[in-house]
Amino acid sequence: MDSLLARLSRGERLVGDGAWGTQLMLRGLPAGQPPEWFALERPEVIEEVARLYLEAGADLVTTDTFGGSSFRLKLHGLDGERGRINRQAVEAVRRAVAGRALVSASVGPSGQLLEPFGDTPAGAVEAAFEEQIAVLAEAGADVLCIETMSDLGEATLALRAARRAAPALPVIATMTFERTPRGFFTVMGTGAEQAAAALAAAGADVVGSNCGTGIGDMVEVARAMTRLGGPPVAIQPNAGLPETREGEVVYHETPESMASRVAELLEIGVTIVGGCCGTTPEHTRAIRGAVDAWRGSRG
Amino acid sequence: MEILERIAVALQRGDEQQVGSLVAEALGAGLAAGEVLQRGLVAGMDVVGEQFRVREIFLPDVLLAARAMYAGLGLLEPRLASEGVPRRGKVVLGTVKGDLHDIGKNLVGILLKGAGFEVIDLGHDVSPEAFVDAALREGAPLIGLSALLTTTMPRMREVVELLKQRGLAGRVRTIVGGAPVSDAFAREIGADDYACDAARAVERVKALLGAA
Repeated sequence: MDSLLARLSRGERLVGDGAWGTQLMLRGLPAGQPPEWFALERPEVIEEVARLYLEAGADLVTTDTFGGSSFRLKLHGLDGERGRINRQAVEAVRRAVAGRALVSASVGPSGQLLEPFGDTPAGAVEAAFEEQIAVLAEAGADVLCIETMSDLGEATLALRAARRAAPALPVIATMTFERTPRGFFTVMGTGAEQAAAALAAAGADVVGSNCGTGIGDMVEVARAMTRLGGPPVAIQPNAGLPETREGEVVYHETPESMASRVAELLEIGVTIVGGCCGTTPEHTRAIRGAVDAWRGSRG
Repeated sequence: MEILERIAVALQRGDEQQVGSLVAEALGAGLAAGEVLQRGLVAGMDVVGEQFRVREIFLPDVLLAARAMYAGLGLLEPRLASEGVPRRGKVVLGTVKGDLHDIGKNLVGILLKGAGFEVIDLGHDVSPEAFVDAALREGAPLIGLSALLTTTMPRMREVVELLKQRGLAGRVRTIVGGAPVSDAFAREIGADDYACDAARAVERVKALLGAA
């Protein structure tokens, strides 16, 4: 299969997959364990979820390595297994998609506040990213997906680590924004437009936004992130905002209502549309349908 | 500008050194520690909390202001005790069991301290027993519970239930918050209150503890 960059340069619009955490929980994540536990103990479950997203029409299937840096795994006493977790997560998705989709290796935030606002030195975070990314690349990831970042400084460290540890891999870098009276900003204060420019300058091949909000707000985020031109934009919204019913958290946005806004994103110029928290293979299938319909309508 | 106002302004700027030296100067000039706390530090953090709520400023600004506040609070605390200044009330705070996120909870703690409350911060991954034991030990009338994950949210209910089992319902109340938590969820599990963000948490805690 062609690489991400070859497909994007041909003008293809691609479909990303949906949420992993909720899918894994449905399949019996033990209490107190992070989703990355599945890569270690039950990679066949990862294959199953990856196949569901593949069959739903995803062009990119994400690995369950969002919390796979040593900073995150340490919290669960799994730090010693970090090599195996990241490697087995990539291998499981590779087996499942078997060349029919790109393996997008997820790298999430360290969860630490960096100096000078917190007490974690930048060097330690960069080293942790570099180590994780080296394993992801060696195990056969096709794309790196640095996601859910709030701190532009941390995102930049991850991008630098990616360039060093995996110079051949294309990198998607997405941040999480919230609506403010003055536009969309991360909680650390980076605006969507500024983020697009800064992530591109730091070497991201694709910039964008994931999580934090639903597809309605994401249309506005996409406008801000495409305003200055720059690299292709990826948008992966939640299935609306979380609500609780009888103590269970539910995301109310249906696959149909999410799909109804996809054409707007594509018109703005968004090149990858996927889902984040609360989305399911059904959402991916609906997004796939909307992307195909939009392409068909343009002849 | 009078010195208490200068303390508030320096705190908003996040100027740790300036806040420290101004607080020392104010105490040296004979001002009561309680007054320096209320009209200096608390007044400054009030502004910071409100500006963060409407996102005129962002998390880094709040964290720098908090650091400046702690610089002042460190100097005031021994005096507050010796002056016998009544604090605003005590709140036990923590992120529920299985949940390792604490940035949101820390922010609530910062703003509560900034509003003059005493905060017993139990950290993250806190069991229901630890919450209830701490409230009893400290004589705190309120427990603030944070959860950032949809999987750990149900743990909040266990704290509410444990308070009931131990006959403490009503005496020790609960307020819940965190990204996936909602007003409806709070009502459903029988929590006494809910706050959608850190600034709102301070308002609700003031209302709950009758310290307007």
